[in-house]
Amino acid sequence: MGAQTARLRRDWSPYAIAIAFIGFALLPAFKPPAFVESFLYLLFFWIALATSWAIFSGFTGYVSFGHGAFYGAGVYTLANVASHYSFWWGLIAAGLVSATLGVAIAAIVFRTRLRGELFALLTLALAIVLATIILNTPVDGGPGLYLIGVSLPNFYGSPASTLYLLIMCVGMMSLATAWFVQQSKLGRGLFAISDDEDVAEILGVPTYAYKLIACGISSALAGIAGGIHAVFVNYVTVSGTFNLEVPLFVLLMSVLGGARSWIGPAIGAVFITLLNNLFVSGDYALLIRIGIGLTLVLTTLYMPEGIVGLFHTSWRRKALPLTGSQTPSGHADAPLAASIAPARQYQPTGETLVRLEDISLAFKGVRALDGVNMEVRKGEILGLVGPNGSGKSTLINVMSGFYKPDGGRIFLSGENITALSGHLVARNGIARTFQIPRPFGRMSVLDNVIVAAMFGSEQLPERAARERAMHYLGFVGLDTRAHALPSDLNLHQRKFLELARALASGAKLVMLDEVLAGLTPSEITSAIAMVRRIHSADTTIVFVEHNMRAVMELTHRLVVINQGKVIAEGDPRKVMQDAAVVAAYLGTSDAED
Amino acid sequence: MISATLLGQSVLSGFFAGCLYALLGLGLTLTWRYLKVINLAHFAFVLIAAYLTFQLVGKNGLNPLLVAVILIPVFFLAGVAQQALIEHYKVNEFASIILTFGFAMIAEAGLQWIWSADYQKLEAHYMRGSLQVAGLFLPISDIVMSLVAISLCVMVWAAMRYTWLGKALRASLDNPGIAAAFGVPNRKLSYLVAGASGASTAIGGIFVALLSTLAPSQIFSWLGVVFAAALLGGLGSPIGILAAGILLGVSEHVTMAITAPSWAPVVPFTLLMVILLLWPERI
Repeated sequence: MGAQTARLRRDWSPYAIAIAFIGFALLPAFKPPAFVESFLYLLFFWIALATSWAIFSGFTGYVSFGHGAFYGAGVYTLANVASHYSFWWGLIAAGLVSATLGVAIAAIVFRTRLRGELFALLTLALAIVLATIILNTPVDGGPGLYLIGVSLPNFYGSPASTLYLLIMCVGMMSLATAWFVQQSKLGRGLFAISDDEDVAEILGVPTYAYKLIACGISSALAGIAGGIHAVFVNYVTVSGTFNLEVPLFVLLMSVLGGARSWIGPAIGAVFITLLNNLFVSGDYALLIRIGIGLTLVLTTLYMPEGIVGLFHTSWRRKALPLTGSQTPSGHADAPLAASIAPARQYQPTGETLVRLEDISLAFKGVRALDGVNMEVRKGEILGLVGPNGSGKSTLINVMSGFYKPDGGRIFLSGENITALSGHLVARNGIARTFQIPRPFGRMSVLDNVIVAAMFGSEQLPERAARERAMHYLGFVGLDTRAHALPSDLNLHQRKFLELARALASGAKLVMLDEVLAGLTPSEITSAIAMVRRIHSADTTIVFVEHNMRAVMELTHRLVVINQGKVIAEGDPRKVMQDAAVVAAYLGTSDAED
Repeated sequence: MISATLLGQSVLSGFFAGCLYALLGLGLTLTWRYLKVINLAHFAFVLIAAYLTFQLVGKNGLNPLLVAVILIPVFFLAGVAQQALIEHYKVNEFASIILTFGFAMIAEAGLQWIWSADYQKLEAHYMRGSLQVAGLFLPISDIVMSLVAISLCVMVWAAMRYTWLGKALRASLDNPGIAAAFGVPNRKLSYLVAGASGASTAIGGIFVALLSTLAPSQIFSWLGVVFAAALLGGLGSPIGILAAGILLGVSEHVTMAITAPSWAPVVPFTLLMVILLLWPERI
């Protein structure tokens, strides 16, 4: 949503960051009172940590309790390196060590499809284990480390000003990085991961690599902030470094401000640091903590998207009447005009687009696919039918790279794509729709389709992707709903959104998984017309469907699957009279056989 | 090499610690799995109950059993009230961490306000002394606590396994709409689970007061290991958390005996990381 706001109005954010940076950099020249600098030090320290946390956890939705570990790795790296070499080497090492740690952990953790809450726990465990190791090895050794003999660079003639300036740079760097990531292709990918990781991968987002990159950036910034803070506290201990303060406060600040926005965590950091430091005297300390607790409770209940969310909500309210004025039924009929298109303009070339060789897949001993051999020919509409549970959807999942087959090979235009992960299959030009639509829930309809265009087979840059997306939204009749959220659409429209995404990816092969299920008869008519129009645009289609009228009307060839095996293949009319097919659908007619 | 007695004693104290983890985590694992609430306030409830026990038993001289009779229904209702709030505002799993963390912070500050931040110990004559078997010491208080923890876990397991409750809960978790259509009272069920979890914190709190020294900051010190036990045992599994709790407790205490106490956290959390990475579907 942030990205949208940015496009509708001119985005002044980078200028604001630059001006703020210059202003804060010049501040010590005016000799402000000491408490101003020390307060601003803490403020930027927390802005750096909270913002860097959000670059990974806020954007992807994987809550990490390990930020304390990355921060702590920075603290101890600097404490050890800077004493022997110089401060700057220490700081560089702090960033590198933390980044390496972050990328390594992410690389190991995300090999498996780990659920979000398990990831959170794993990072918590990581912090505890790391702290224990540091405590018991010469890295700390137990009593803590004094940073004696670390010579700081000198700005404005005072160590306090120098430290303030250093941490301010890291805070601003974090903000600039977060802004840049949010605007970039990386950011779009991360938001897609956050909304629905499987769909993101199928649409071409390299989810594994993106998570590693984001985690690396996030932990590097935390490590650098930790390195500076080591000099600030001058005496580092394990219990002072690896407590729950860092992981919990960055979570609180991000959630309070809005974790999906680059500026949100900083707003939360300002808020909480102010609360924490306004009344430093002991009498108020307890009241402040109660205040923070209450703030958290009320934020969760009344502003689930954080402070930043309030602005977006008010923006959306203003924007909605413009786009939402049209009745949903108005454009559902739009594709009907084209339904008079010639029924079968396909001339069989016989050229194979996709070939499956002996594909098998078992789930816990159940053979979902059992030696499937079939091919999809270029330019055809291939019907894929079979009783419920016969393996149609599993086959689609295998062809789109979502599942890896236990055995067999898949060729696309003669190239073996069996081992490719989902996003590479998507880049090679295979797209699919989901039987139950799975749009990215927190992106607008337009942004949903832009993701497909940017990450699909043509890897379009943003501007071209936007045009492509608008084109296909027009094609499916959703252009007037471009800025709505998917939850504002009805089922029919959401299915068409799935179609628009598949088409915008520029795929050679589009697999439609029961697009007609759950639609009313008139919606089915318009959907059939839509499939024809897609086909006439030179796209090969695999059409999985139970609605036999649609199958007979649309398809050139039919493959029938039962119990994970292909039982018939060929001309639709002939296939449907095949004894095995009739038996699969209606049951065997007992003794006479 | 350490002596067999020391090893036996550390296995035993690990076993007792593990039973306490299970007692504290039983409600947590059930609400996490069946209500999708990650309840950090659970430990705040435990500490509030512990301080109330400290006050009522230690200062006012009430019998712990009487305190249990008072506290269990009160905490049952507190659990229900929190769940009602969560359902009314449709708080999701992620947000529930933050909401309940807010509660925990308020509770910590409140406890500190009333009873100060200092460590305090309940001085009472209940469950003193210990048995001595084969050279090993078995404190009576630990034995009672472990028996309560084990029987609670087994009772909850049996209730889930052999009564309609377990089936109804699983159905409700799978598909609330369909479950409701078959007559499962989703809302009442969720209040029952939340209330039972609240009641379990009262029992846990009483034992925490009887067994250990109290400080408000303990709300957060239980967190890591009990979460680990809940996840290791498989969310929502009463027997699982008992087994995982004991495994963690024993491995912690044996590590402490063999190396230095400061190495204690490494074994259980490394174990947790390995299991998470090698068998993520197991949890």
